[in-house]
Amino acid sequence: MTRDSAAAARATAGDNAAGAGGQPVVLGEGIHKWFGRIHVLDGVSFEVRNGEVVVVIGPSGSGKTTLLRCMNHLERIDRGRLLVNGHLIGYRQNARGELVEESEAEIARQRQEIGFVFQQFNLFPHLTAIQNVALAPIRVRKVPRRQALADARELLARVGIAEKADAYPRQLSGGQQQRVAIARALAMRPRLMLFDEPTSALDPEMVGEVLEVMRELAETGMTMVVVSHEMGFARGVGDRVMMMDHGRIIEAGPPAEVLGNPAHERTRAFLSKVLH
Amino acid sequence: MLHFDWSFFEGLLLHPPSTFVQGAIRTIYLAVIAQALGVVVGLVLALFRRSRRLPLRAFASGYIWLIRGTPLLVQAVIVYDGLSALGLYSFNTVTIGPVSIPGVVQAGIVTLTINEGAYMAEIMRAAIDSVDRGQAEAAGSLGMRRRQAMRHVVLPQAMRVVIPPLGNEFNNMLKVTSLLSVIGLQELFLAAQDYNSATFRTFEIFLVAAIYYIAMTTAWSFVQAAIERRLQSRGGYVAERVTLRERLFGGGGGAIAADQLRGAR
Repeated sequence: MTRDSAAAARATAGDNAAGAGGQPVVLGEGIHKWFGRIHVLDGVSFEVRNGEVVVVIGPSGSGKTTLLRCMNHLERIDRGRLLVNGHLIGYRQNARGELVEESEAEIARQRQEIGFVFQQFNLFPHLTAIQNVALAPIRVRKVPRRQALADARELLARVGIAEKADAYPRQLSGGQQQRVAIARALAMRPRLMLFDEPTSALDPEMVGEVLEVMRELAETGMTMVVVSHEMGFARGVGDRVMMMDHGRIIEAGPPAEVLGNPAHERTRAFLSKVLH
Repeated sequence: MLHFDWSFFEGLLLHPPSTFVQGAIRTIYLAVIAQALGVVVGLVLALFRRSRRLPLRAFASGYIWLIRGTPLLVQAVIVYDGLSALGLYSFNTVTIGPVSIPGVVQAGIVTLTINEGAYMAEIMRAAIDSVDRGQAEAAGSLGMRRRQAMRHVVLPQAMRVVIPPLGNEFNNMLKVTSLLSVIGLQELFLAAQDYNSATFRTFEIFLVAAIYYIAMTTAWSFVQAAIERRLQSRGGYVAERVTLRERLFGGGGGAIAADQLRGAR
């Protein structure tokens, strides 16, 4: 067996790290995507099981953010199948078995179950922290305002910024903004949380506070997919690491294995760059 | 030798005849109503232009092209006299309770609204486009539908950008009402003209009219400043003073516009 095929075998076979059985929360099969002539996702297959924390690493342009955005249908896929919470995300199968895009209402409904945390936070600047957190529960879930605000306050306390409830985003530090963004996503009580380089836009001294919130969230059993270059987090919190390069998952496995003893030459080259 | 009649001027300025006062009041309420309706029309058109449906986009583009491509004077005559001559529609006095609105006033409001809508549409569209795409994405990721995201996330932010150009539009609107004199609407300008034909004190009369107009636009600039300050304090923005000088004579970009230009984070 060549090194490449060994890595590929490990990638598709997944592993038994998480242990939780049953239906995977995310299941991708042969996903392809093109941006114009650029083949950003080149036949990606993977799964994320219930309660698992999967950290996606890889050089910039490798397709990891695009893959994450597909899991929320912020990007369309051109070929393959992607199931989240047991349903094709953003698509349905018509009578002839072809995939057609879902209605806007159905896509919105699916997204309620999927939290997304952006690299640039994307907090709503015209609303205070607590209003940011309570907006979607009030407007989408139709939770009574008083109840939604009480829940929001609790969530802000959980991410350690209860005292900033009435501050506007621009009055908060980057780390505080990202913690509000995490609380905002959690307010919809998602079954899956997606993180797109959540600490990349932060000053170094604020990275720790955000990672700590994410670690605590992982301990509650939340299923998480995290695109990140934080190797300490991947090692300490991740159940599995997926290494992407040129639109493919070139290897996947437990962090100790992939990060400690990478099978693939390109993984080794990438790690030597991010670790130093 | 100048023929400036001071006592006539002073009398007119401080004790204007009732036709003058009524004309000025009419100018103000025409401008306020037409501007408010124009904002609504503009918002609808802007949303049409950003719609996924081609007919709506085409309608909005056609409307804007047509209205911005023709003079307001022509539009006013078509709406009031043209439609009537064609036998399509005549504006007649409408009485609602104690208020009766002459047909020509209705036609004036309709014309100004149609006209202003086209300009406001472009301002609104630019404002909507100025809101970062990540905002709509974040709203979408929370399960909000496109319409909800627009209403609760994008539009409130766009409004902040709209206020300075909206202020300019209203300033302009106060003055543009004078064009409706062409259909015989007794606003400030036509009142002045009528008074002139009775007295021939042309310079004094139109100087007083000019003073009335500048009083209105200046008062408005203070109102606009107050609105901008209020909007700012609500976003946790550090209130930035636009000096009175900048506000009246130009030079500043308007507090919020300046903030946007610097790429507020």
